Amino acid sequence: MIKETLNARRLLCPLPVIRTQDKVKQLKAGDQLEVICTDPGVMQDIPTWCRINGHKVLETKVCDHEYSITLEVGA
Amino acid sequence: MSRQRKAVALISGGLDSMLAAKIVMEQGVHVEGINFFTGFCVEGHTHAIRENDKAKPKRNNALWVAEQLGIKLHIVDVVEEYKKVLINPKHGYGTHMNPCLDCKIFMVNKAKQWIVENDFDFIITGEVIGQRPMSQTKSKMPIVSKQSGADDLLLRPMCAKNLPATRPEIEGWVDREKLCDITGRSRKPQMAMAEKFGIDDYSQPAGGCCFLTDKYYSARLVDLWKAQGSKDYELDDVMLLKVGRHIRPEKHFKLIIAREEGEGRFLEGYKKEFTSMHCLSHTGPLALIDGITSAEDLYLAARIVARYGQGRHAEQVDIKIRDKEGSERTLQVKPLTNEEIPKEWYV
Ligand code: SF4
Repeated sequence: MIKETLNARRLLCPLPVIRTQDKVKQLKAGDQLEVICTDPGVMQDIPTWCRINGHKVLETKVCDHEYSITLEVGA
Repeated sequence: MSRQRKAVALISGGLDSMLAAKIVMEQGVHVEGINFFTGFCVEGHTHAIRENDKAKPKRNNALWVAEQLGIKLHIVDVVEEYKKVLINPKHGYGTHMNPCLDCKIFMVNKAKQWIVENDFDFIITGEVIGQRPMSQTKSKMPIVSKQSGADDLLLRPMCAKNLPATRPEIEGWVDREKLCDITGRSRKPQMAMAEKFGIDDYSQPAGGCCFLTDKYYSARLVDLWKAQGSKDYELDDVMLLKVGRHIRPEKHFKLIIAREEGEGRFLEGYKKEFTSMHCLSHTGPLALIDGITSAEDLYLAARIVARYGQGRHAEQVDIKIRDKEGSERTLQVKPLTNEEIPKEWYV
């Protein structure tokens, strides 16, 4: 299992979702990805994208106008 | 047993494309969604920037629709490729800077490439004859099919019965009888269908699916092209045209002034690409200066920025100027009055 971080700061939705989608394509089931963003829309969009595509959101954090979502890649 | 057929549906986030996908799914076809990000899409963006809009729901409607339908959604970044569509549309622009017909052809063509690469059988769109004056008239429908290269693999379930049969219908992958014959601008048939399917929450963008149908946004884009002397843009330009107050005192420079805190924070992110200004002596907004400026221009810009701060009635205010490299200096200026800023300067 590997854990990677994706910097999606300053990108506006849906770009953080697109970058997440592209990054996840390079990962394997069980790998983890933390996406760090500044657009609050990701708190809704990335979990929706995960539900649609069978990935699991492990943790969401909000800190000083930054939003972080950690997901586990599904099978 | 014949294999299950697969279709990709262009999902904009609106009701029509949602219903089109649903009708075909009901016929046992495996459907996945595709959504193209041109940079101009209405979804997200400004409400993600503006503090005042925080109360509004921030969902991305294309993702939301896909979840309601229970299908996968592939979001494709076409920002770079879309430039040639917008800069030089073969079929021209609509009421504003929206090149709808070329845009449709482009998207269906991308979907065609996608079905070939992913071994899908056909393409679905939510187009309805007569719904949009430029791109969805009966005479335009074959143009999209032909020029996109999708030909008879493009099925429009919402109005299929009013169009010649396509391959999915001829081959029996879908039953033509169960498709629709909707025409015109009335939304009633779609609303009735939504009710039948139990869909009660959907987005209905008034103008279209992107900012290019917006009069004010289009005017800013045209202004940008005029000022730079060429029709070109980067994604940052597209974003910045959505944010702040744009004031152009001279052809060679304009100010982008934040209207509230959220916009100010967004513009902060561009301080390494633009000269920026804000008021030191009073509370005031952040402004970016787009263009190459002389000392005289900067002085005028500082007076304009001062007008939008709390010190607008003061005799003198201090404006800090920061260049791209980070060196800073302060100018003392008298704020311009409203009357001293001609209406034509506002973009
Ligand atoms: S409204 Fe915008 S996205 Fe929709 S077809 Fe027209 S140009 Fe394309």
